[in-house]
Amino acid sequence: MCMKLGKNRKSGGIAFCREIKPFTGVLLGLSAPAAVLLLWYTAGERGWINQAILPGLSKTIKVAGNLITDGTLWSNLAASISRVIKGFAVGAVLGVVIGTFMGLSKVFHSILQTLVGLLRPIPMVAWIPLFILWIGIDDGFKVTLIALGTFWAVLLNTIHGIRSVDPKLLEVSTALEKDRLTVIGKIILPSALPAILTGVRIGMGTAWSCVVAAEMIAASKGIGYMIMFAREMAQPAKLMVGVFTIGVIGLLIDTLILKLQKKLIRW
Amino acid sequence: MEKKEVNKIEIEGVGKSFDIKGKSVEVLKSIDLDIRKGEFLTIVGASGCGKSTLLRLIAGLDTPTVGEVRVDGKPVAAPSVKTGIIFQEARLFPWLSVEKNIEFGIHEKLDKEEKRAKVAALIDTIGLNGFEKALPKQLSGGMQQRVNIARALINEPDILLLDEPFGALDALTRINMQNEVLKIWSDRKTTMVLITHDIDEAIFLSDRVVILSDKPGVISRQITVPMSKPRDRSNGDFMRIRRLIYNEFFENSDIDYVEYYI
Repeated sequence: MCMKLGKNRKSGGIAFCREIKPFTGVLLGLSAPAAVLLLWYTAGERGWINQAILPGLSKTIKVAGNLITDGTLWSNLAASISRVIKGFAVGAVLGVVIGTFMGLSKVFHSILQTLVGLLRPIPMVAWIPLFILWIGIDDGFKVTLIALGTFWAVLLNTIHGIRSVDPKLLEVSTALEKDRLTVIGKIILPSALPAILTGVRIGMGTAWSCVVAAEMIAASKGIGYMIMFAREMAQPAKLMVGVFTIGVIGLLIDTLILKLQKKLIRW
Repeated sequence: MEKKEVNKIEIEGVGKSFDIKGKSVEVLKSIDLDIRKGEFLTIVGASGCGKSTLLRLIAGLDTPTVGEVRVDGKPVAAPSVKTGIIFQEARLFPWLSVEKNIEFGIHEKLDKEEKRAKVAALIDTIGLNGFEKALPKQLSGGMQQRVNIARALINEPDILLLDEPFGALDALTRINMQNEVLKIWSDRKTTMVLITHDIDEAIFLSDRVVILSDKPGVISRQITVPMSKPRDRSNGDFMRIRRLIYNEFFENSDIDYVEYYI
């Protein structure tokens, strides 16, 4: 992780930052959340905060326990995850395919460029009323919204990845008389892979924010719905459990994608 | 082809201009050069004299503005696997292992086993046994360049074009690589065209040295090196030819001669 000049610190070289052991890294990474939790706990126990609007840590954990044991959290989470998987899969596949064509063909790129430029800046939430109108309030509109959100991130990064292939490598394949299909499959796509995976990672983040937003507006199940329902019922602890669940799941997925990235891109 | 002597490469009246900001810049001008089958020819010249462009024209990666380049009597229209080209940078695919990089070069339809055997033989030639599965980033610059050479050799080309292939290597590695190229040349009887600005390298390797002057690139002199190979770099003839080439360079350019003796 560290930029190094010469040898490492121990042997007297110059390093811009200190290397740390993996275990120490995990420990350090946990230290800041632990501090926040400790502060939260103390504030709750000492009565520094108004528990009616900001419940303390012990109360929140108790409520979380209840939500887990009675199955509420799981069933809502499962509904959200299934929507994310569907929408993300559609959006990512379309993003890679259309992005590849746009990256490879100047004509195709010119045709779609303005349309993409026009539609992409529209915030995902702005689509919600329209999608409800067109598709209805069922899963269909949520999945569509997630697909669209994922699509933009994957599309832009795929185009970028395809276009930034090293022309020197392309020249090598020209000299070796390789046909276009081989060049695309063996050179252009592999060299675009890191960028595509970055798009996938960003797209996954968008997918999560889309599902929560959609569920907060129209749903009878899902994490977003759970948050909204808790708000209406004035259950701040449940609300917080909902919000932090999104954070935890987000972190897990991001770690997973990073692991995948490391495995796929060894160069 | 019942001509008196077979010319592998014929360059006739070749000129090349590029459009740079709407202005036509002449890079090469009326180049006439015949390269015999099996000859080792070196082109030396200052940087920017168009020597790489000339090589690209022979490779079919570019087309001349005027004139014609012929290989085996036929005009070069597109790149061919029978003409291998080796660039200064190894240009390996970073996501492919050493053996996969070499295998990528294969042009003919072969089954797995035949491919494997071909690649293994070349890995043996370049002396990278044990590094088959290594990725390019795990190799030194010299090793990467060996893989590059193997990839170009896999189709058994009868012409090998080398565009400053050792320019980025350290002096010791460079001498090693020069010996290996010489070995490939004598084993395979490949016609070699080397571009370099290393005068010693040119004399050590080639049968003929062509000096290109710049702006625009024209052939200012050709010097035959009538010594048997491998050559002794400290030999008197070697020194004499080196002086010949040096003089050619520093008399014809506006660089102050004396500056080089500081």
